[in-house]
Amino acid sequence: MNTHFFGDTAVLTGRSLRHIMRSMDTIITTTIMPIMFMLLFVYVFGGAINTGSGSYVNYLLPGILLITVASGVSYTAFRLFLDMNSGIFDRFHSMPIARSSVLWAHVLSSLVAIVMSLVVVVAVALLMGFRSGAGMLAWLAVAGILALFTLALTWLAVIPGLSAKTADGAVVFSYPLVFLPFISSAFVPTSTMPGPVRAFAEYQPVTSIVNAIRDLLTQQPVGSDIWIALAWCVGLLIVSYIAAMIIYRRRIS
Amino acid sequence: MSGDIAIRVRGLEKSYKELKVLRGVDFDVASGSIFALLGSNGAGKTTVVNILCTLLKADAGTASVGGFDVAKQAADVRESISLTGQFAAVDEILSGRENLVMVAQLRHLKNPDAVADELLERFTLTEAAARKVSTYSGGMRRRLDIAMSLIGNPPVIFLDEPTTGLDPQARLEVWRTVKELTERGTTVLLTTQDLDEAEHLAERIAILHDGRIIVNGTLAELKQLLPPAKVEYVEKLPTLEDVFLTIVGDGGNGSDVGTASAALTSEEQR
Repeated sequence: MNTHFFGDTAVLTGRSLRHIMRSMDTIITTTIMPIMFMLLFVYVFGGAINTGSGSYVNYLLPGILLITVASGVSYTAFRLFLDMNSGIFDRFHSMPIARSSVLWAHVLSSLVAIVMSLVVVVAVALLMGFRSGAGMLAWLAVAGILALFTLALTWLAVIPGLSAKTADGAVVFSYPLVFLPFISSAFVPTSTMPGPVRAFAEYQPVTSIVNAIRDLLTQQPVGSDIWIALAWCVGLLIVSYIAAMIIYRRRIS
Repeated sequence: MSGDIAIRVRGLEKSYKELKVLRGVDFDVASGSIFALLGSNGAGKTTVVNILCTLLKADAGTASVGGFDVAKQAADVRESISLTGQFAAVDEILSGRENLVMVAQLRHLKNPDAVADELLERFTLTEAAARKVSTYSGGMRRRLDIAMSLIGNPPVIFLDEPTTGLDPQARLEVWRTVKELTERGTTVLLTTQDLDEAEHLAERIAILHDGRIIVNGTLAELKQLLPPAKVEYVEKLPTLEDVFLTIVGDGGNGSDVGTASAALTSEEQR
């Protein structure tokens, strides 16, 4: 069976990508919320937020990128839910294809869609005055962390996509993910928060990921944050992947 | 090929939580024949098809398709079948052509484009080939659906209520296609609640009721289930519809012959 895994995944990813390209509105709607947050925080609240030196948009962008990913994966869950409940999935499952390629196709095409959203958000940030002197290597590292974070959240999104009872249910799971950056170092330094909130903020994954990306973009030494960030992403990826596969196998047997 | 058994089902049982849908289903389908599984809504026809297509696991019993066990050799079964499900299994966002090419690629055929072109031609979809399937009519969608099922020439094809929701003309088109299939030696298992359809297409008909096959035979054999006396008193041969309704009983509980004959006498007195 696995001899066809790569070929089948490529064919099905091509299908999902066509879906995405033919409904570009999903890319736009994915970017609206993060862009609104960015406008709101830079031009309304930002003046009152003291983040030390540097422009606030530079401080804010890493968190906004994570929100973009979180809002993007809600579409992964939505698209997977629709597919699972359509006749074409029965056809795929009654065909001699590598079965896990059906999920991989969704994950890979979502990765492409989210990368496009991220590019749009970064372009808007540039218009708003975001600047970085980071070199090629630092940007590659940022791209790597974001890709890993996206993969982890996409596999997480596969779980509600497979198990939700309604399309709304499949989408709603991403709301907490979108709001997690608010209780982190994404918008304000954690040192301003009261004790318990600060403790939560400092030990949740978003803070270490935001800090690592911010340090890379502002050419600061990254310290231990990047390893904590990578550990969170890889850990979440593995756990989500295993859980998604177990649910998938149960669902299709 | 003829004379061989393409599909063999023995003692199939399946429950959804409390609800016992299949309570021991047995039947055989000869290679190259059209077999109709007839039953009311909720009789379990789709459940049988899904088990045979390896989409569902049976609770008990065995089933084999093309000589392969559906539970133990699922991959081999999938190589030899094709499913046209109850809901048109086509991708609405892709064009008709893209749908066909995709399935040809997933069946690992050498020349997906040529396969697609040939089927578009055969199903008179060439003109609509580049259009999104969401713009197709119900009949075109079904034609595309069946065309997708033929890719790779699987020896066994399952058609789950292939004409539900189609207008009479589209329905005739589907019937013609199904007949063509058996001319090429394909085995077809068809489920339907349309008695006319079973009567027109199938060589053998089985009636699934209350989780069991209560009758299985050729149309002529099914008609013989009613006493020939009927011909003398009523100037109308029993249609398959009569046979079905009489055997099944309209209360849904008359699965024994006693009720069948009782219903028949009351029919005669009218």
